[in-house]
Parts: sequence; structure tokens; C-alpha cells
Amino acid sequence: MDIDLSAPHSMGTTIIGVTYNGGVVLGADSRTSTGMYVANRASDKITQLTDNVYICRSGSAADSQVISDYVRYFLHQHTIQLGQPATVKVAANLVRLLSYQNKNMLQMGVIVGGWDKYEGGKIYSVPLGGTILKQPFAIGGSGSTYLYGFFDQAWKEGMSKDEAEKLVVKAVSLAIARDGASGGVVRTVTINADGVTKNFYTGDSLPLWHEELEPHNSLLDILLASSSPEPMST
Amino acid sequence: MARFAADAPTRGGFSFDLCQRNEMLLKKGNQLPTFRKTGTTIVGLVFEDGVILGADTRATEGPIVADKNCEKIHYMAPNIYCCGAGTAADTEAVTDMVSSQLQLHRYATGRESRVITALTLLKSHLFSYQGHVSAALVLGGVDITGPHLHTVYPHGSTDTLPFATMGSGSLAAMAVFESKFREGLTRDEGIKLVSEAICSGIFNDLGSGSNVDVCVITRGQTEYLRNHQLPNPRTYVSSRGYNFLKGHTEVLSTKITPLKSKVEAAAEVDAMEE
Repeated sequence: MDIDLSAPHSMGTTIIGVTYNGGVVLGADSRTSTGMYVANRASDKITQLTDNVYICRSGSAADSQVISDYVRYFLHQHTIQLGQPATVKVAANLVRLLSYQNKNMLQMGVIVGGWDKYEGGKIYSVPLGGTILKQPFAIGGSGSTYLYGFFDQAWKEGMSKDEAEKLVVKAVSLAIARDGASGGVVRTVTINADGVTKNFYTGDSLPLWHEELEPHNSLLDILLASSSPEPMST
Repeated sequence: MARFAADAPTRGGFSFDLCQRNEMLLKKGNQLPTFRKTGTTIVGLVFEDGVILGADTRATEGPIVADKNCEKIHYMAPNIYCCGAGTAADTEAVTDMVSSQLQLHRYATGRESRVITALTLLKSHLFSYQGHVSAALVLGGVDITGPHLHTVYPHGSTDTLPFATMGSGSLAAMAVFESKFREGLTRDEGIKLVSEAICSGIFNDLGSGSNVDVCVITRGQTEYLRNHQLPNPRTYVSSRGYNFLKGHTEVLSTKITPLKSKVEAAAEVDAMEE
């Protein structure tokens, strides 16, 4: 089978947004594919909209990047006019308006998450078509199909920050194991009253699931053995 | 043309009116004329002092090599260069257009152009043409905020990476990068790695070939090493040289047109008045 390098850049993806007692944790994998080729193995799918609101992107890379840019621009103006940070609800609704009004042209599903002083940590899902759904947790992307059952069993109201982050990392890691279109590293962004914390987890720090083997002579080992401590930074 | 609910009405640009008729003709059996593509291997990497871009030099028209030594590394600004893969006309046109826009922007702001500016201009143009402008680019440069390397895809999405490859030879070149790249390469190591990656594309990809072009961009200085390597010399060149003596070519017809040797100016010329 020939690799079609002119296929539109799509993010196979697994994206997750989870609220906890005090804020939200957003998580995503890092694989961007062009047909069957991995165009970027370390992409950052969690994009900043404002200081306190981030968006997880899935679907067409071009569409979601452009929408994020427009929303960031509108939110910046809105923040200046309002005189205070934008709320998560407003950010999510801006994404929804652009998504719904251009539904014939766009192919993207996103999760908007953040923290504001009125409502605290909130997650809004804006899938294909432009619906908006406020949820205590949301999953999206091709890898999410493998996580519905997992979240039904593992999700609890009122988790702590560490519990929530561990849950997100475990979930993305499980999806990566089963979904061919998800892979790379697990990136998380935690947003609460104190600010924003970003983390990334490489394959060696994640547990091995059913039938997964220990890495042997992996690129990570070779790189860590030689000079630089960090293989890739974005 | 993609109309965005948030945009002002568009002026000019590609008209999609004939697309249906073209599809009908294709179904009838007519073939679209082939256009010149740059099969291509283009690469870029970030090294300790800046950015190095590399490209092969083969331009193809279907299975035929249309140009054995074309230039795929395009000038955008004194500190920004862009490699282009895909349809040659599209990459030339889009890089020329953005280069002009950047120069106007430099005049308006009085500052050196930033790579992110070029990136935004390219990405918004390509997105509005919804992938029909077939230009896949590797954009690199050094500005006041540091060295930057980006890839731009025909549909308008971009990636920011420490090393990147595009074009039909990208898989061969990426294999070289993935095994040998590390952060903080020196200038010579970087040039060597880029040349290796391009050569990998030249020899393993049918759409890439001929020579290696390299461009090294650092703070304050850009070096365009045209034909840095020529790994495909012409074999079997006649050692006696080629001589086309008079009388070897048959003359079919002759027409001689005498040129006027001077132009007469008018006797009375009115002086210019304010």
C-alpha cells in the first residue's frame, strides 16, 4: 500500500478533559498523521486560548488550528473589553459558534477546558456539527472509543488533582495501546486557581498493558545513553 | 473559495465555477494535463546557532525530469528561507507572494521579519484554498526571538519541530534524521546531516534526484550553498567534446530582416511644465 503524503493532515488522536475538586486536567496523545504516515510524533494538541482556558483539538489539523487562532483572537478582544479574564463558558461558546456556522466546511471535534472565578473548573465538549455539552468529564478523538467503558467504571466525582491527572494519563495510555492513530507522548495541562501546569509523559514512564513488551534498544534508550538529556522539546 | 462566517467578503482569487465541468470531462475519458511537480526531498533542522535547510534539485512532469537543477529553496526575507514541495507553480507563487507581503510589512513596521509572520501568512492563504494550492513547505529562519523551523501542509496546518522533512522523499530523509539527529549540532555536523538526508532521498526516491542544495541561516548571516554536493555527475561525456561544424545542419529557409539603426526624434519638443 502506498503512503499518500498528500492526504490532509489529521490528528487520529485521543483527547480527554476531566474536572476535579478545584480545577480541570486536560490530556492528549501527540500523534499527527497524514494518511498512514506519522507526520509529527510530538505535536501539542492542547492549545492555549487564554491564560486560564485551553482547548484539546482533534480531527483535521488545519481546521482546528485555524479555529483556535480565530477564537484566541476574539477572546483577546473580549478580555480587553470586559476588563477581566474570559470565562470558560464564553470561550467554549465562541468555539461552538464558529464550529456550527461553518459546519459544512469543518471537520473537527474539540474539548474546551479551564478555570474561572465564577464557576471554577469546567469542561465543555464541542464535537462534529457544533453541539456544545457541559460535562464533568469528556473524551474525544478516534482513541476515545476505547475509553467509554473505562471511564464509566473509573470516573468519580470530587477527585483530587493527583488522582485526576493519574486517571487522565492512564486513560490516554490505554487508548494509545489500542488505537493506531494515537501515539507518541502523553501531554497533560492542569488548570486551577493557582495557574497552569504542563506535563509530558514519555513511553518509558507509562505502564505496560496486555501483551505489550518491554522496550528493547528503543530510540529513547539510545538517546539517553548518548549526549542530550531531553530527546525532543517543542 | 472557502467562505468563513467570520471573514469579510472575498475579492478575486481562484474561481471554482469550472470544477464540475472538469469532473464531467474526466468521467468522459479526457485526461487533465499533467503539471510540473517537484517530486522532492526537502528537509530542515535546528542546530546550535540557527537553522539549516536542504533540498534536492529535480523537477518532474509525470515520469519525465523537466528540470535537472531547479531551485527549491526560496527566498522569503534576508533571514527567512522556505523549501517547497508539491506543484512547482504553487510553491513558487505562494512563496513569492508571501515574500512581497513580508517586505511591505518590513517597510510598515521598520523591523526585521519574524518567521511566525511568514508562517501565519502562508497558513491563512493555504487554508482559504482548502488544499487546492498544492504547496507543502519547510519554513526556517532566525529572528529576534531565536531560530524557528516549521512545516506547512497544503490544507493549512502547521507543525513546529526541531527537524522536519517533506516531499515524496521525506520518509527516506526522516529515517536518516531519526537515527542521527541530536540537539545542539555544530554547523559542519548539521550541514553533513542535512546532505546525508537529502542524498538518502535522492538515491532512494524516484521523484528526487540530481544535486543537493543547502541553506544555513544564523543570526545576522545567511549562506545559500547552491549545489553544495553534486552526487550525480554526467557519465559518458565525449572526451573529444561536441562540435557542430557549418554545413552539418540542413538549412530549410532563410529570411533576413534589417533592423533600423536609429530612431528619429521629433524636431520640436515642448519643454515640461509644472
